Amino acid sequence: MNYIDLHAHMISRTTDDYHRMALTGCVAVTEPAFWSGRDRLGALAFADYFDHLTTFEPKRASEYGIAHYTWLCLNPKEGEDRELARQVLALIPDFLDRPNVLGIGEIGLNRVTHNELATFLDHVELALEHHQLIHIHTPHLEDKYKGTKVIVEALARDPRIDPARVMVDHAEEHTAPLILEHGFWTGFTLYPRTKASPARALDMIEMYGPERLCVASACDWGASDPVAIPEFILEARRRGHSEALITQMVYGNPARFLGQSPRFKLPGRGEAVAAD
Amino acid sequence: MDPYANTSPLSQKQLLDEYFMEHRAQVLALAAFLDRFERSQDRNAEKDFRMTAFRQALGVLLEDGPERARRVQMTMSDQNTDLLDVRDAQSAYGAPIRAAMSGEAEQ
Repeated sequence: MNYIDLHAHMISRTTDDYHRMALTGCVAVTEPAFWSGRDRLGALAFADYFDHLTTFEPKRASEYGIAHYTWLCLNPKEGEDRELARQVLALIPDFLDRPNVLGIGEIGLNRVTHNELATFLDHVELALEHHQLIHIHTPHLEDKYKGTKVIVEALARDPRIDPARVMVDHAEEHTAPLILEHGFWTGFTLYPRTKASPARALDMIEMYGPERLCVASACDWGASDPVAIPEFILEARRRGHSEALITQMVYGNPARFLGQSPRFKLPGRGEAVAAD
Repeated sequence: MDPYANTSPLSQKQLLDEYFMEHRAQVLALAAFLDRFERSQDRNAEKDFRMTAFRQALGVLLEDGPERARRVQMTMSDQNTDLLDVRDAQSAYGAPIRAAMSGEAEQ
């Protein structure tokens, strides 16, 4: 079954992972900008990172028939540093016209501080100014509930925000209803230990319905699985879900959300993003 | 009233036939972890905030009513939505440390 992995940090993965993803039906990935596991030494490191995400990575993916798209930002883990945020925000517009850029992300909160919220809202302004889609990271573990609540309520107060153009990602049982009832898209992250499993993601789809929901691996430099979506497909079939529902979750829904960007082409129905 | 009644496509018998063994193993893993914790040669974390949340979560499992997963998540969540003045750590702990710390300060 063809699938789109809407959240995959391929810069942290090997070419063998692209190979396995292609073998299991992956036709497109989108890669949000994120934390490298350590705070970067300065803004220039982000310029280098954004260049990598918009040149080398789409070329590497294309060798396996996978279209590669990306999102740009200063990630929430480094959002506490307001001066660094100002410098990186000034860099981003120079990269927004690159052919595989879909929007601003993954922005959000980490420990839910005043500075993190200010950096998050600066990114939202940038997205609105440039009419970009928004991809949001909600915090980890014990911070997820409060961070999601702060994010959703901040966006809901702004009448310029069209929730249909915003993905509030990494939802779990205690945050998904809050996100969905405000009209945003949301994602279940198939990430062992700290996010959702395929089984729990399916539970939530059964409970909340399939509208405005996606699943993704968020594979990165941590313990994670680049073929988590095929595992989800297997679990859905084990439960007897229809192929139509499974296709909606792993292909139709992400294509609907991402297709709001004119840059995103459905694989097989348009030109894949070229590396150069 | 459970708003999510009848949303699982498998019958209870089918769920047991298909999934009992893997969840039996998970229950044993929890039990063995608790045993291991108590057998520890250095009992230096009896009141650790993570273990407190863990025990509360185990209690939720045996409560009646729907949405146990959501209730366990809330047990493990910081429910104080005030913004922090300054970031206190780079990474989360898995259980609400700030509530535990403020509780200790009050004692």
